[in-house]
Amino acid sequence: MTRETSRVAAAVEAQLSIVTALRTAANAPSPTGHAIARNPGMKLDLGFLESARNVNRSALERRVTSLTKRRSIKADNQAAWLLRAVTCMDLTTLNSNDTAERVRRLCAKAINPFRADIVEGLGIAGANIRPAAVCVYHPFVATAAEAVRGTGIHVAAVSTAFPHGLAPLDTRLKEIEASVRDGADEIDVVIPRGLVFSAKWQELYDEIVQMRAACGEAHLKVILGTGDLATLRNVMLASMVAMMAGADFIKTSTGKESFNATLPVGLIMVRAIRAYFEETGFLVGFKPAGGISTAKASLDWLVLMKEELGRPWLEPDLFRFGASSLLTDIERQLEHHLTGRYSANHRHALA
Amino acid sequence: MNILEKFNAMNYGPAPEARNEADAWLAARDFSKALFIGGEWKAAASGRTFDVSEPSSTKLLAKVSDAGEADVDAAVAAAAKALPKWSAQTGYQRAKVLYAIGRAMQRHQRLFAVLESIDNGKPIRESRDIDVPLAIRHFIHHAGWAQALNKEFPDHKPVGVVGQVIPWNFPLLMLAWKIAPALAAGCTVVLKPAEFTPLTAILFAQICESIGVPKGVVNIVHGGPEAGAAIVNHPGVQKIAFTGSSEVGKIIRKATAGSGKKLSLELGGKSAFIVFEDADLDSAVEGLVDGIWFNQGQVCCAGSRLLVQEGVAEALIAKVKARMAKLVVGSPLDKNTDIGPLVDRVQLERVRGLIEAGAAQGAECWQPDCPLPETGWFQLPTLATRVAPANILAQEEVFGPVLATMTFRTNEEAIELANNTRYGLAASVWSENLNVALHVAPQLKAGVVWVNGTNMFDAACGFGGFRESGFGREGGREGMFEYLVTPLPYGAAIKPVAAIAPSPEGAEAVSGIDRTAKLFIGGKQVRPDGNYSIAVHDRKGKVVGEVGLGSRKDIRDAVSAARGAKAWADATGFNRSQVLYYLAENLSARAEEFSARLASLTGASPKAAREEVELSVERLFFYAGMADKFEGRVHQPPARAVTLALNEPVGVIGVVAQDDQPLLGLISLVAPALAMGNAVVAVPSQRHPLIATDLYQVIEYSDLPAGSINIVTGRSAELAGVLAKHDDVDGLWIVADADTCRKAEAESIGNLKRVWTSGGKSLDWSSELVAGETFLRRAVEVKNVWVPYGD
Repeated sequence: MTRETSRVAAAVEAQLSIVTALRTAANAPSPTGHAIARNPGMKLDLGFLESARNVNRSALERRVTSLTKRRSIKADNQAAWLLRAVTCMDLTTLNSNDTAERVRRLCAKAINPFRADIVEGLGIAGANIRPAAVCVYHPFVATAAEAVRGTGIHVAAVSTAFPHGLAPLDTRLKEIEASVRDGADEIDVVIPRGLVFSAKWQELYDEIVQMRAACGEAHLKVILGTGDLATLRNVMLASMVAMMAGADFIKTSTGKESFNATLPVGLIMVRAIRAYFEETGFLVGFKPAGGISTAKASLDWLVLMKEELGRPWLEPDLFRFGASSLLTDIERQLEHHLTGRYSANHRHALA
Repeated sequence: MNILEKFNAMNYGPAPEARNEADAWLAARDFSKALFIGGEWKAAASGRTFDVSEPSSTKLLAKVSDAGEADVDAAVAAAAKALPKWSAQTGYQRAKVLYAIGRAMQRHQRLFAVLESIDNGKPIRESRDIDVPLAIRHFIHHAGWAQALNKEFPDHKPVGVVGQVIPWNFPLLMLAWKIAPALAAGCTVVLKPAEFTPLTAILFAQICESIGVPKGVVNIVHGGPEAGAAIVNHPGVQKIAFTGSSEVGKIIRKATAGSGKKLSLELGGKSAFIVFEDADLDSAVEGLVDGIWFNQGQVCCAGSRLLVQEGVAEALIAKVKARMAKLVVGSPLDKNTDIGPLVDRVQLERVRGLIEAGAAQGAECWQPDCPLPETGWFQLPTLATRVAPANILAQEEVFGPVLATMTFRTNEEAIELANNTRYGLAASVWSENLNVALHVAPQLKAGVVWVNGTNMFDAACGFGGFRESGFGREGGREGMFEYLVTPLPYGAAIKPVAAIAPSPEGAEAVSGIDRTAKLFIGGKQVRPDGNYSIAVHDRKGKVVGEVGLGSRKDIRDAVSAARGAKAWADATGFNRSQVLYYLAENLSARAEEFSARLASLTGASPKAAREEVELSVERLFFYAGMADKFEGRVHQPPARAVTLALNEPVGVIGVVAQDDQPLLGLISLVAPALAMGNAVVAVPSQRHPLIATDLYQVIEYSDLPAGSINIVTGRSAELAGVLAKHDDVDGLWIVADADTCRKAEAESIGNLKRVWTSGGKSLDWSSELVAGETFLRRAVEVKNVWVPYGD
């Protein structure tokens, strides 16, 4: 216990020094990208898992309620933060009626997210401020990869029988491999939620380990389907297993559950990431998805990341929004920032 | 910095709350006429003003009228004039006024919030999201009590004109806590805000004026200690309600001794924040932020002592430090500020002095590397580790953002450390195991316990302390009682009794076998420590026996025995009930003997004596029945939480009984105390002690655990004084002459024991007025245990 707590303490001190260093360097431009070592995972440690069990919903809810009121971002800073939200975005279309054309349109918006006058007004020309990835179903991976080739925009594929995850494991693994072959460099997998309810941690761990293997070089985002998991404790435990199994990101929702990404769910997941970092020293990313559609909401999530995890988690290699309509709302807010006038959706190009 | 640079930096930047409306309000008012008396704005009779400055800039905000005795006189006169009409209004009429106050405050809530932050220095987030909404809620909640008063509090009357003195840490909220219940109960008030922070009270008075609160119902005077003392000492005031330091609270207790004024004190604290190893540690850290770094730590119930279980201590401290590094210290009017300035230079110097003293005594004090604004009374949040229980930071209330940390090994040790303080205001218990939390909460000497939370307040829930954190509750049903009185059957004034000297006096040769009446301490009949005896005379002056002359040492032993009688406090209500029934049964069996003894001692007619014994049995029977019925409540704050208002025993209660009705008077006080689980040290009638010493055998026969009741005979006034000065006695009930009563109240300040006296009068104990809940309510402390839930 002593050794373990010392390690935790050392990790927290390390994080503290990151924070301190960042504060010192606050006025210096940050490097364009972080060299984040991928999370290699660890053996399934049920003792460590148990230590994460103490989750108090009421306290978490109070924290997120006050968190969004403790921090306020105004004027140029707000514009900067909204741009940050865009760079941390997985611009997504996951509809049953998607077509290749629809996906090409999405990619076009990702490549050129803002009207030229907004880019000019904000002084961000050449800064490459655009969504980090486009996120599509498997049949459109090749189309998307083609459309964004050379831009640096990643292609994410939802996989493993999204959104339910209930196909045979073999089928699900083959789906990952197919998407990687088609050009996806990020794979968003879903977990079978039933494994959480029945506490089949080993089985869940083994499945995710195999999914990670199937990804190869592609980054693995593990969707927990938090709207299905019922309790924040289940979310915490599932987060831990996913990270131990080697997730590069943990992600809240498919967008198809009865409720989507909420801040209390986000809070417990980022605390899971922090606990995992304190235990292992590995940085795991976080992706809330589903229902985040307003510029104001995106700021709340960014504040959550900064307050609970720190500046490193405000980069696209450690934070993503899964969103479809958020981009347009941000664009409108940016126009308002420049002109002082409120804009309308139809004045901005469709995704 | 351009947008791209800001994009890379990802700092919050300033987010100032506009202050132009508040500044306009400040500029438009004439603060030299800031006393609100009888519905009019008055200058101080002396013409004096005092300076009010802004803690963040140290600049002058206003020069406010400084009330003196003459102004307080005028305010009390106005309140007294308004009282008859206001208290005679229907509950509905008063409810409408309270409701209108609440709604009008709501309409101006941002002005209140901005003014409060300017005046006090608290972050705008807190005044906007916590102080002002809670104050509004208090008025709207109490509108309901006003209307339901007669039905909910039958036989209760408003206490009268109330003097209220409030502190600077929550200026508007404390005003609401004071004024709302008073008005609901039908009282009129004279309130003095703190000198540092009068502004929101002036805005409040303006609200009262604008919505037409009847003139004289609310009077607000500003000033310093002189005005405060004038209120406390004013003969036209029937009750004092004070929130502030324990030091001043004790001065007020002493000053009001013998005045008959009702008193409630909400004083300092050194509240424990207990983290068990199965707690949600990250949430506990946020709890600390809301606990000790709320309002710069200038909170009487701040969780200033972190007690953490050894196994998780290192991890928790590391998390606390990491969290502290993210606290933003800055302008109270910036929406991103977590910690604003302290209220004044005096407070800052006090806090820094205590930190230095704590460090000198071995504490390791850590502060985050955080920039401080150039002007203003700012103090960095401070974490003190390796704090020994004797360290000044563990003992003294700092009233600043300073957290003292200690570790514990077991639940028992956590409780022991938590209770190792003279204070008893609040505590916070963090564990995901409800068994642990609800095992620990009742054992903590604190008026409020938050389970997995901290600093939760609501108008529906009582707030107030144990021990030297004061007495009385604010909020909820229990808070209403502080402004209400029930009639008691007072009789004639009791004359001081001459002290009897121990001396053998000639008695006729006894026919039977000689009996020695000893003291009853710790379940045994014991000889008095001094080994003196005094003679007992019957109504004709004939010596009928002798009793031990109890001394301070016997009281000491009796209190010690009472303190040790844990079996009684821990017994179930039903268990206590059965023991008291059995006591009644055994007394009843000897009713003939007791009647005869009474008649012979007091000269009462055989019928009257018989009636007194019968009534004593009946009263025991009543309290036996109430032992498992005088229950707490479940309050419903507007949150997903239950608040359990538990009736807990006060502890060790001293009882001094009168000479008239020596048996019934004694039993009527001892029985309710015992019923609620208190241990009693009783001083029976000095003139007729043999009726009490006769009880020993009845008690011994009735299964009362040793120490639960102790009886010390002797000189009542002297023993009352010893009890009053004993700091391990928690409550003291005295029926005695005026001087003895006054002295007991004055001497009670050592530990602020809860004192009730008859004010120098005797009581008719055969009256039904003393058989209800009156003494049961005095026999308990209400502890509010907040239990948020949800999974």
